[in-house]
Amino acid sequence: MTFWEFANPKKFLAWSERALPFLWVAAALCLVVGLVWGFFFTPDDFRQGSTVKIIYLHVPSAMMAINIWVMMLVTSLIWIVRRHHVSALAARAAAPVGIAMTLIALVTGAIWGQPMWGTWWAWDPRLTSFLILFLFYLGYVALWEAIDNPDTAADLTSVLCLVGSVFAVLSRYAVNFWNQGLHQGATLSLDKEENIADVFYFPLLVCIAGFVLLFVALVLYRTGTEIRARRLKALMARQRVQA
Amino acid sequence: MIALLKRDMALAIRAGGGFGLGLAFFLIVAVLVPFGVGPDPALLSRIAPGILWVGALLACLLSLDRMLALDWEDGSLDLLATAPLPLEGVVSVKALAHWITTGLPLVLAAPVLGVLLNLPVPGYLWLVLSLALGTPALSVIGAFGAALTVGLKRGGLLLSLLVLPLYMPTLIFGAEVARRGAEGLDVATPLLMLAGITAGSVALLPFASAAVLRVNLR
Repeated sequence: MTFWEFANPKKFLAWSERALPFLWVAAALCLVVGLVWGFFFTPDDFRQGSTVKIIYLHVPSAMMAINIWVMMLVTSLIWIVRRHHVSALAARAAAPVGIAMTLIALVTGAIWGQPMWGTWWAWDPRLTSFLILFLFYLGYVALWEAIDNPDTAADLTSVLCLVGSVFAVLSRYAVNFWNQGLHQGATLSLDKEENIADVFYFPLLVCIAGFVLLFVALVLYRTGTEIRARRLKALMARQRVQA
Repeated sequence: MIALLKRDMALAIRAGGGFGLGLAFFLIVAVLVPFGVGPDPALLSRIAPGILWVGALLACLLSLDRMLALDWEDGSLDLLATAPLPLEGVVSVKALAHWITTGLPLVLAAPVLGVLLNLPVPGYLWLVLSLALGTPALSVIGAFGAALTVGLKRGGLLLSLLVLPLYMPTLIFGAEVARRGAEGLDVATPLLMLAGITAGSVALLPFASAAVLRVNLR
């Protein structure tokens, strides 16, 4: 049994249907535990007060927004190289989740920024590059929706994802150069001395795990839906031919 | 290749008025901005480099959907695809023709519009230089967007949505060169980055555009 067997839609569906209930439960458990722990059982920050607690939504969603694009890049590459339909459909299924995560990160960031920086929005490199990422997601989804032939759509969006990734990274460093930031630096790095305090760190880890599990569950579920939708289309086309 | 270049340029100049349109649009943007922000010369000279860059970018965008869609409709794109010339070459030539008919006039017109917007004197050289360096990248990136949307009925709006995020790094560095030039600061770093983006796009993007065109012509 190799990893590529999941490229078979039937095997993929059978396996994901068995895994999904566990994933839903695990995601819900992590999110509930992490958020309740984070919101009610951590002390207020001595400078930021209770506003710091939005970190439990802001940081995981921001991490997922970037990682979902990376996942789409990988599945697009797999589609281009090995032409597994499930891979292309997984990329399609992930994109709207990515849009939602980017939006959550932007909105929670604005809500956090208002009391802390005194402004909802600043043209800070991180904020700006997230807005650009949001536009890339929009373009990607719009291209999927615009093309009728599924194989053509998968090919075109895969190439767009590749080219878009290069330009997204380029934009990330270009905006760094363009303006200095208000946003704080990374405080979750594994290799740094000075990080976020442990009381905030552990519930945050649980929340991140919850977001990852939620994303995996959503993508498997949505990919299954896409596979079924395509089967339905094929069935209906066959019926029309016979009738 | 040269024949194709001549044909595309002749078509762009003679048919349908697409040639002057981008230039006229650029002029109108430069005229509208003072109405929008007020006639204060100090303010205008501060925002002039950015306005001219954004205007040039939008003017480039305007003529993109004509680049491949017209040839797609009358079938000459299929002929070009079966011709001995590789599709990468076709796309590059088309982008070059687009640059000569759209980008180059914008570069030449920019100093005149700079006068309208009260651009500071040291800025002219850098504005023209940054536009001359940056607009080829806009044409090549635009060719990629045009190739993506060529088969679509209403591709125009989608084309803008796809291409504008890709334009962002070029705009950032191009406008930065023009702004620093206008303020008399050192321009070397953004200028080199802009040249790098253009060189990279010109070298690599035609392959992506040709791959996408092949999918669309399948």
